[in-house]
Amino acid sequence: MNLNLDFAAILERWPAFLEGALLTFQLAFIATVLGTIIGVLGAIGRRSSYPVVARICGIYVEAIRNTPLLVQIFLVYFGLASLGLKFSAFTVAAAALTINVGAYTTEIIRAGFDAIPRGQIEAAEGLALSRAQIYWHVVMMPAIEKVYPALTSQFVLLMLASSVTSQISAEELTAVANYIQSDTYRAFETYILVALAYIVLSLIMRAVFWLLGLVIFPRRRRLGTPL
Amino acid sequence: MGGSLNANHLMFLGYGALWTIGLSLIGLLGGGFAGFIIALCRISPSRIVRLLSAGYVQLIQGTPLLVIMFLTYFGLPALGVTVFPLTAAGASLTIFVSAYLGEIWRGCFESVPRPQWEAAEGLALSRSQRMMKVILPQAVRIATPPTVGFMVQIIKNTSLASVVGFVELARSGQIINNSLFEPFLIYTIIAVIYFALCYPLSRFSHRLETRGGPARLELETA
Repeated sequence: MNLNLDFAAILERWPAFLEGALLTFQLAFIATVLGTIIGVLGAIGRRSSYPVVARICGIYVEAIRNTPLLVQIFLVYFGLASLGLKFSAFTVAAAALTINVGAYTTEIIRAGFDAIPRGQIEAAEGLALSRAQIYWHVVMMPAIEKVYPALTSQFVLLMLASSVTSQISAEELTAVANYIQSDTYRAFETYILVALAYIVLSLIMRAVFWLLGLVIFPRRRRLGTPL
Repeated sequence: MGGSLNANHLMFLGYGALWTIGLSLIGLLGGGFAGFIIALCRISPSRIVRLLSAGYVQLIQGTPLLVIMFLTYFGLPALGVTVFPLTAAGASLTIFVSAYLGEIWRGCFESVPRPQWEAAEGLALSRSQRMMKVILPQAVRIATPPTVGFMVQIIKNTSLASVVGFVELARSGQIINNSLFEPFLIYTIIAVIYFALCYPLSRFSHRLETRGGPARLELETA
């Protein structure tokens, strides 16, 4: 084994890495925001009193959670193309990641809803809160606070999973790495650096979510304890 | 571009599906073995061992499986090690699974009620006897539903082995698509096959979970 590592040739290309990392970050950000919205709607849908709505949301969740992201990305990519719609690889990647993470978010937030004791809602009704007030203050916010740790780890996993979009040539971090290693023949060094970049990205995301949690859920800040 | 989907193509897909199952088993067995050791290290009395294993888990859980695949397949040959797609995919999955299963199982060890550890200690059992005869049998029951659930993740993640040229289900779909060019149809079939592999496991895991309550209650009274 002739160990002959040369990181300098790779580090020279830091602007490309930075661009890739930024794109990865953008993908993660878009999918996180849109995925949260889908998740909230999906969770409400799964508890809907209309069986059809609940059923459709259930099928969406199960279909996404039991198939690989890679296949979902190909389906969205080629599906849109066969409908004659042409989008950039970035748009397709963002759409596929959103659809994917939306299903996981739905399931997590639904678990949060299920964890709200019935008595709380009855108490809120007893205090003459309106339906909207009950939904927001008694069901939604406490539910999300309860599942916040699970949600955030799901979003970090999503950021890591966005590496798969390199397969439809979205120019994110992994795609940049593939290009650089084929150009420099320094595969080992390239992928070590990229792995480190992902670890740093996931640490940054965890820190941001932790701070965000302190802002959104004042109880955590004041009492220092989760719900 | 020629011809349409025929029985040969479906045979090829079936063959790919078999490799997906085989690769999943490799990941489960290899990763399960390594993960068990990681879980033991995570609750070791030695601080250094705990820190090292926690570092390993953080490192792997912070890296995408795709990058681990590339690192073993393209990276190791650069260091002069010959790697076949099967070994690269198997090794990457083993590393990946060990970090996640190790962490899941650590949680299971720790959720065995504290008094059980103390009682075993009070009966003057040695550390290995405590693990084997008291903690492990209870932890296995707690660990079964999440482990079955994680098997779904393993099956889905084997699709990433296609990027290093390993011909499993997703890759065989790509190959067929290259000759027929009917991506939507072919990837739908692929998705359905993955679903057929994963959904029963998901349901089984869910059933075990909902049955978990009474089983644990039974443990406490036993």
